[in-house]
Amino acid sequence: MSQGDRRSWPLWEVFVRARRGLSHNHVGSLHAPDAAMALRNARDLYTRRSEGVSIWVVPAAAITASSPQEKDSFFDPAGDKVYRHPTFYEIPDEVPHL
Amino acid sequence: MQPSSQPAAEVGRPALPEDRPAPPKDRPAPPGETSPREDAQFAAAFQALVDAEARIEPRDWMPEAYRATLIRQIAQHAHSEIIGMQPEGNYITRAPSLRRKAILIAKVQDEAGHGLYLYSAAETLGVSRDELLDLLHSGRQRYSSIFNYPTLTWADIGAIGWLVDGAAITNQVPLSRCSYGPYARAMTRICKEESFHQRQGYEILWALAHGSGEQKAMAQDAVDRWWWPSLMMFGPPDDASPHSAQSMTWKIKRFSNDELRQKFVDMTVPQAQAMGISLPDPDLRFEESSGHWRHGEIDWSEFARVLAGDGPCNAVRMARRREAHQAGAWVREAASAYAAKHQVGVLTGSAA
Repeated sequence: MSQGDRRSWPLWEVFVRARRGLSHNHVGSLHAPDAAMALRNARDLYTRRSEGVSIWVVPAAAITASSPQEKDSFFDPAGDKVYRHPTFYEIPDEVPHL
Repeated sequence: MQPSSQPAAEVGRPALPEDRPAPPKDRPAPPGETSPREDAQFAAAFQALVDAEARIEPRDWMPEAYRATLIRQIAQHAHSEIIGMQPEGNYITRAPSLRRKAILIAKVQDEAGHGLYLYSAAETLGVSRDELLDLLHSGRQRYSSIFNYPTLTWADIGAIGWLVDGAAITNQVPLSRCSYGPYARAMTRICKEESFHQRQGYEILWALAHGSGEQKAMAQDAVDRWWWPSLMMFGPPDDASPHSAQSMTWKIKRFSNDELRQKFVDMTVPQAQAMGISLPDPDLRFEESSGHWRHGEIDWSEFARVLAGDGPCNAVRMARRREAHQAGAWVREAASAYAAKHQVGVLTGSAA
């Protein structure tokens, strides 16, 4: 594997803000030698039809993710707290604006 | 293109490439490293998710055969997009007007983009980009056999857009509901973009079909040559498609090869009639009882021959692909060298 081989190009995850007022959304990934090239490639790959006004590229290796297998235990603390939702509360029908 | 039922080289469980984050330690061990009882539990939970129309995501447990099938299918699909740039790329310098030239460049650029979306999706299954390219270049993975036919005239560019991309869309729309999340999302993007491809192709043929006698003959000739190969793109008939049932259970495939082919024929015949071009099938007829257009016998021996490597352009396409990859090596090396030299000073910390 030579120094200049593609194998050394890291993977970047690409996030695009579709328009002002919206947050960046994950759209896919690509390989690039550095962040500047990753940005340019992301523009050509993911915004060929003006799909965005801003792009983030993040090295895939820098992302820490929760495990899908923890689905139950990891998210359990929120499971039994229905009182966090407004519909939990009983308010007489005649009370306005509540 | 998505000839999922064509035979293709199987890929074993690939090693995780170095540039992928390591799987979490609590990820269940792959089948074989767990007890048969645990395997059965994981498999049941997996199928329950699929049956509930939930999407399977990269780090979920999945049967090894599901992973291998998806890698083979997505890779073949990606390779088809990349090889598919060649027959049309040939005409960029010869497009008849600046308008047509700009459109064709955009279309070929889209095909490259589609290939990249799909390679990205395949990589989430644990195979690396370089492995996939090696498999293509060494002939161990296939691409759609449609691209082994030559583009002889400008009308072929119209026929490819209308018929080949039309068949691809018919295949791909149900794939955007495929059970594997990253593949389904890539297909959603691709389908949006393919619709331009099909319309521009139809417009090219429409212009020729309403031109001089010579132009009309050119359009007819292209349709005559591309019609049958387009029907073959849906893969062998259902009774000769051994992998289909499993792919249906996994909800990778939603409709059978013959169902999709029928859908394509039903959509396309009226479009041919509208532009006054005939389709080269003397047995093509409308069946009142079912409301379907029924086509004649497909020459599956031709399909097998082209798939086995004996099509008009197999050798040319592969040689061109390898040459492009080798000729581009210095660009990849230069980009890596530049990145190494400027490791500091890139755009950082400016997220907003």
